[in-house]
Amino acid sequence: MIEFEGVGFSYGRTMVLRDMTFTLAPGMLHILIGPSGAGKTTLLRLCHGDLEPTEGQVRFFGRPIARRNRDAIAMLRRSVGIVPRDCRFLEHLPLIENIALPLRVCGIASGNRSEDLHALLEWVDLADRVDALPDELSGSERQRAALARAVILSPEVVLADEPTGGLDRERAQRLLALLIDLSRMGKTVLIATHDEELVRTARTKAATRTLTLEAGRIETAGAAS
Amino acid sequence: MKVSRWFRTDPNAAGLVPTDTHVALSVGFLSVVMAFFAVLALALALGAGRLADSWQGELADAATLQVFGPADAIEEQARAALDVLRTTPGVRSVRMVDLAEQERLLEPWLGPDIPIESLPLPLLIEIETDRDRLNQASLILRLQAEAPGAVFGDHAAWRQPLLATAERLRVFAAACVALMALALAAVLGLAAHAAVAFNGAVVETLRLVGARDRFIGATFTRPLMVNAMASSLAGTAAAMALLALLPKASEQGFFLVGIGLVGWHWLLPPLVPLAAGLLAWVATGLATRQSLRRWS
Repeated sequence: MIEFEGVGFSYGRTMVLRDMTFTLAPGMLHILIGPSGAGKTTLLRLCHGDLEPTEGQVRFFGRPIARRNRDAIAMLRRSVGIVPRDCRFLEHLPLIENIALPLRVCGIASGNRSEDLHALLEWVDLADRVDALPDELSGSERQRAALARAVILSPEVVLADEPTGGLDRERAQRLLALLIDLSRMGKTVLIATHDEELVRTARTKAATRTLTLEAGRIETAGAAS
Repeated sequence: MKVSRWFRTDPNAAGLVPTDTHVALSVGFLSVVMAFFAVLALALALGAGRLADSWQGELADAATLQVFGPADAIEEQARAALDVLRTTPGVRSVRMVDLAEQERLLEPWLGPDIPIESLPLPLLIEIETDRDRLNQASLILRLQAEAPGAVFGDHAAWRQPLLATAERLRVFAAACVALMALALAAVLGLAAHAAVAFNGAVVETLRLVGARDRFIGATFTRPLMVNAMASSLAGTAAAMALLALLPKASEQGFFLVGIGLVGWHWLLPPLVPLAAGLLAWVATGLATRQSLRRWS
């Protein structure tokens, strides 16, 4: 899947991540915790090929990918879905087109996958919001839409950056349930969060591996429960 | 690899970038104007080429003999001159220009109903020559001896400067077409740069979901290319309509021999929108590819 080997990353002179060696285990729900500014988003961006380590190596499906190899990075992102913190939609397109965007990018006509698309919309409970524009959606709906878009190409790995940030408890639980569903379907899921309640709930509902990020290092890894 | 592959843009990319009406109108207006002037410059280049060819070709083989003299001796002079001409190698044909024809030639300058009989006009003999065979110096010497009132003119005095002017006009017109193409390419490149910069969020989102640069580039290239082509078509049509309204070369008094289009030259202006489309495709493609490197 995704392997970190002695990875370090710095923004200029500021070292953010140091000597990180771990592997995202296939089909496992990983929770990346740590205080704000600990480098969780940076680590997720490394997992998505958005950043290149300044030290060590990140291997995707067994091989490293140079950031300058833009086509290879694009192909990687079809196998590693992401739910960014700000969701990032094309604001002028309705929800259905935003969710189907990865299909379009891959040259797959959404008409050929309409059943899958419908099932996906049902799964994230947005079937009645297909024509809404992104700015007409609530925070929870935006997160679920971003999740649907992240998984529409059936990626091996799904990354989520603070997916429950700004959501109330009920909606956060609902989103967590979807992410747990994904790991049960055999997807490798990595959730970056500082929401302790989310971590506790996840641990009670699914086999979870917790990665604790502190002072730029992964302090705890591989503790499955 | 098929050449058509290079010109294909991904239809899935259409509509992913919101249309910027201001940019679209600016690019459209500039494309109309550029195409309009490009077609006019093209017509000028072709017309100048025709003029140069004509002056270099058929007119170069034409000469005129003017016979001066008192009324009672002029016809004898003319006969002597004709005898010389008919026995000179390299003279293909000779023809007397009669008074009626002289009147027609002078009418644009002197007006109709001129009392041509009262004017001290020379007798004119039109000569068609074979430049390669004609020994002009020898002919002039023979004419001086046999018909002293005859003055041989091969139009060189006015033909050479006109020829040089026509050639320069052709180069100037071709340079105008090239400059307009460069200006259009620069404008389209700038428009593409601006569009990418303005739509950074769209680029980020497309990269996020796994779009390749080629696909993202097409989202920007396609609308600009279509706009440039459609607008150039309008500019070309307007310029062609204007050229169609110009006096024909055959019309009396139109001594510039037609700077409009003739024959198969009418097939060339429709290539202008195609060239504009190709130019747009290349310029916006290069500009977007360069701009996209800003995003990971």
